[in-house]
Amino acid sequence: MRVLNIILLCLSLTLLWGCREDQVVILSESVPVAPPMLPEEEAKGLLGFYLLNEGNMGSNKCTLDFMDLQTGIYHRNIYGEANPEVPKELGDVGNDIAIYGGRLYAVINCSNKVEVMDKWTARRIGQIDIPNCRYIKFDGGYAYVTSYAGPVVTNNPNYDQIGYVAKVDTATLQVVARCEVGFQPDELEIVNGRMYVANSGGYMSPKYETTVSVIDMESFTVVKEIEVAVNLHRLKADRNGLLWVSSRGDYEYTPSQLYIIDLADEEVCGSVDVGVSSMCLAGDSLYILADDYSYLDNGWRGAAYSIVDVVEQQVVSDKFIKDGTERDIKMPYGISVNPVNGDIYVTNATSFVDPGRLICYSKQGLKKWEVRTGDIPAHFAYLWR
Amino acid sequence: MGMCVPAYAQEASDDVRHIGEVEVHASKAETVIEGQTLSGEQMEALRHHSVADAMRYFSGVQLKDYGGVGGMKTVNIRSMGSNHLGVFYDGIQLGNAQNGIVDLGKYSMDNLEEITLYNGEKSSVFQPAKDFGSSGTLYLRSRRPLFMEGERNNFKFTARGGSFGLKNISGLWEHKWSKKVTSSLSAEFTDATGKYDFRYKRVNQKGEVMWDTTATRNNGDIQAERVEAYVQGNIDEGLWNVKAYFYNSERGIPGAIVNNVWKHAQRQWDRNFFIQSHSQKAWLDGRLESQFNIKYAWDKMRYLNPDTTLRYVDNTFRQHEVYVSSATHYIVFDDTEDDSARRRGKLDVGLSVDYQWNGLKGVLQGTDFVSRNTVLLAGAAGYQWWRLKLMASVMGTFVRDRMTDNTSECTPSVFLSMTPVKGNKDLELRAFYKRIFRMPTFNDLYYTDMGNKYLEPEYTTQYDVGITWKHAWAHNILRRLELKADGYFNQVDNKIVAVPKGNSQYRWMMMNLGYVEILGAEFQFKTDWQFSPDWRLDFGGNYTYQKARDYSDPKDNDPVAGTWGGQIAYIPWHSASAMGTLTWLMKRNMDLMLNYSFIYTGERYHGSSNILANYEQPWYTHDLSLRYGLRLRHVRLAATLEVNNVFDQQYDVVLNYPMPGRNFKGIISCEF
Repeated sequence: MRVLNIILLCLSLTLLWGCREDQVVILSESVPVAPPMLPEEEAKGLLGFYLLNEGNMGSNKCTLDFMDLQTGIYHRNIYGEANPEVPKELGDVGNDIAIYGGRLYAVINCSNKVEVMDKWTARRIGQIDIPNCRYIKFDGGYAYVTSYAGPVVTNNPNYDQIGYVAKVDTATLQVVARCEVGFQPDELEIVNGRMYVANSGGYMSPKYETTVSVIDMESFTVVKEIEVAVNLHRLKADRNGLLWVSSRGDYEYTPSQLYIIDLADEEVCGSVDVGVSSMCLAGDSLYILADDYSYLDNGWRGAAYSIVDVVEQQVVSDKFIKDGTERDIKMPYGISVNPVNGDIYVTNATSFVDPGRLICYSKQGLKKWEVRTGDIPAHFAYLWR
Repeated sequence: MGMCVPAYAQEASDDVRHIGEVEVHASKAETVIEGQTLSGEQMEALRHHSVADAMRYFSGVQLKDYGGVGGMKTVNIRSMGSNHLGVFYDGIQLGNAQNGIVDLGKYSMDNLEEITLYNGEKSSVFQPAKDFGSSGTLYLRSRRPLFMEGERNNFKFTARGGSFGLKNISGLWEHKWSKKVTSSLSAEFTDATGKYDFRYKRVNQKGEVMWDTTATRNNGDIQAERVEAYVQGNIDEGLWNVKAYFYNSERGIPGAIVNNVWKHAQRQWDRNFFIQSHSQKAWLDGRLESQFNIKYAWDKMRYLNPDTTLRYVDNTFRQHEVYVSSATHYIVFDDTEDDSARRRGKLDVGLSVDYQWNGLKGVLQGTDFVSRNTVLLAGAAGYQWWRLKLMASVMGTFVRDRMTDNTSECTPSVFLSMTPVKGNKDLELRAFYKRIFRMPTFNDLYYTDMGNKYLEPEYTTQYDVGITWKHAWAHNILRRLELKADGYFNQVDNKIVAVPKGNSQYRWMMMNLGYVEILGAEFQFKTDWQFSPDWRLDFGGNYTYQKARDYSDPKDNDPVAGTWGGQIAYIPWHSASAMGTLTWLMKRNMDLMLNYSFIYTGERYHGSSNILANYEQPWYTHDLSLRYGLRLRHVRLAATLEVNNVFDQQYDVVLNYPMPGRNFKGIISCEF
């Protein structure tokens, strides 16, 4: 019987290692990362920024962080604490974030919704159901959201689905109109009563889309398609009447490239020989992250951190990080520039399944601070007083 | 043991069986280190589980379970990854060149007699070269036809039903054609809705319920058919068998439960067919022995994503495999039985050569057909000297792929065991070392938008030391006690992992990125109790401790959140299982069997960064089953009631894949 006693003892020890308990809502974490804001900067009205972490597909780990620039404290994963009663938290794969009026809008791609929150508290107000939604922009009280999930193109054996832009009344959070564009539309930009939508055709490789759709805002219909290059992704309009469009390339023979559209005649007027995975316009400087991949030579073409001057229309710096710390960035992913002091924020998505990093560089390209984020930190929205 | 326990269950482990007139040939090749085996009554108790579920009772095994009847189940031994486990069905490996994963949820135990798991490999000099080619091997052995004196036919019918809308029937017919030739034919049909309720809940720091959602798991349905035919024969000093297998299924893929998405529509169709033959003959009084194996397999898999909010996918893949193998061993000398011999030793040498061809047709990166030729050569020598047994093998792998570089590798293994006490075999010490690799699968290399044809093989190196003490008593209440302990250290090098490339997550890439070190300890005990002639108890358990650390990225070394040195995803530090079977022989022709089993998986993280956001709570389930058996003349009847997850624990094995709570199954079977 001594043996039995030993066995029972072992079994009870097993139970002592840990029992399953109710799962507790994870609270946010606050990390001081930077000195508090100086009084002269405070007068300019910028309070901080939200950072949306995409979270790996299927993980439901899209999280929201907030950098309080006034205090220099970084608040990690604030959504759960602000909205403890929301089942399954913020959602799966965040793809864009923006502030409009008093509200914060987060486009959650694989949760098929745009989450609408109060911009001060991140409290949930409601959601806009849009399947496979990608990017968001606002104009005249309406939100415009691109979606991959339009109607299936009939008489097509591949069941290809045309993409669309949804027009959402921000007062009622209802989709009031849809405008079909190309296949798998990504970023959009609204300039002078015209909307420009970058079509990727990402689901249709190797037959990628090559156009930017132009929508007349008045009639909300496509009036023109501008032929640019394969697999378009990002769009930024500068103050000089030019639209900067990035092509992802085809991951084989055609590398990623930056193109310029003249908004006066809505035609491509040039290109800059630089790869783009993410970009941000600050004044006349277009800050660009590139981390292009090609199947052919089994390699990343190497990360690049460059600045394109939109007036000169050429690369003016191929290395905006000057202190060599870019070597620590395993996977450069998102970029943004502080509109007040010109600080450069770069995110590192590491392995995509582990927590990422947000790194702040001064305008001079010297590292100021770094902080751990959620998984795949990517998208920024600035909060002003 | 009582009359009502089927004859095969009692006799399965004997090497030479005399039942009626059938005699089964046994090889003289020995195994240096025994594997973990499930057979006899424990096998009977787990009869209605899948192979994957039954394997949870082996030590060092982690099951990845996506939930439900149709959900995929894969096992991972000693944290090396499920691609490193070789699964052999009646002696020949089940392949999947496309993704390297054998879904053990698909294999029912209905027709199995024994499953055995070996760490490293089955340490025998006499086996096909493939058997040397994995980091661990699992052998599934189907039931061999045995006949009572004067009988020519056996029949068995089973019907099952229960939770998840499960309806399952199976039938088996065994026939004796002559003294030397027997056959079996079996078929099984499964239909289940796969629906079950699951519950997610969160509380706040004060313990107040914040949200509590119960929903039904959808799209987990399955319809499957399996037909198997088996013919075996005995020849002088040898045997042969031929097996044909057909499996056809349609299932829903239940998918991850995420915010705002509570059901999925993806579907998968599988059709698998194989025919294989094994033959074996000995000469020179068993000193020289050869075996010959041949197999042809054909698999078709169709995956459909009809969800119009996502990328529409309708892909069909067809795989072919041709496999030929020959193995021979020769006992150079054997003086172990000869008291007067000078050496008291035994030397046994073996050589095996395998050839395999794999082809895959489907939507692939830049092509629609890929193929691979593999030649495997293995040489092994077993040496026994007094109480020491030693086996060393060298395996050469030569892979020729149409589109990638050719691979030629040579990998060794050494196995050692000894009984240190003279004249007493109770105590045994053992050790092994093995280095082996897995080739990148066709999906790793060529899958559209994901494959990387520059991938290198993924290596594992294993070191293990262990001790076993077992003793049997003829008259004690405790009839048998076995205690086992093992300590091991594994390295996984060049680990193949998926990494999204560039911005946006719809394009992924396979890369050789990882390096993992695993330090582990396993403890097992098994007891057999005989309280009275009518009451028996088998009780056993095991415990595994594993420290599986990720050393892939030295830069990610933050002491709190860094992945460097972090426990790898889904590997718990502590895991344990226990199982007890109580048998009561009520009457000469009637018995009752109560089985209790318990699984514990300790806390773990779903990423190498061991932070709160990645934390997964422990889970543990208790299963009970009660079986009533009755024998009326030649007819054996049995009725079983199973309650699984008795305490209705709500848990995920894989993040966002909820598992079923309490569920029931009823089974009746009839054998004559």
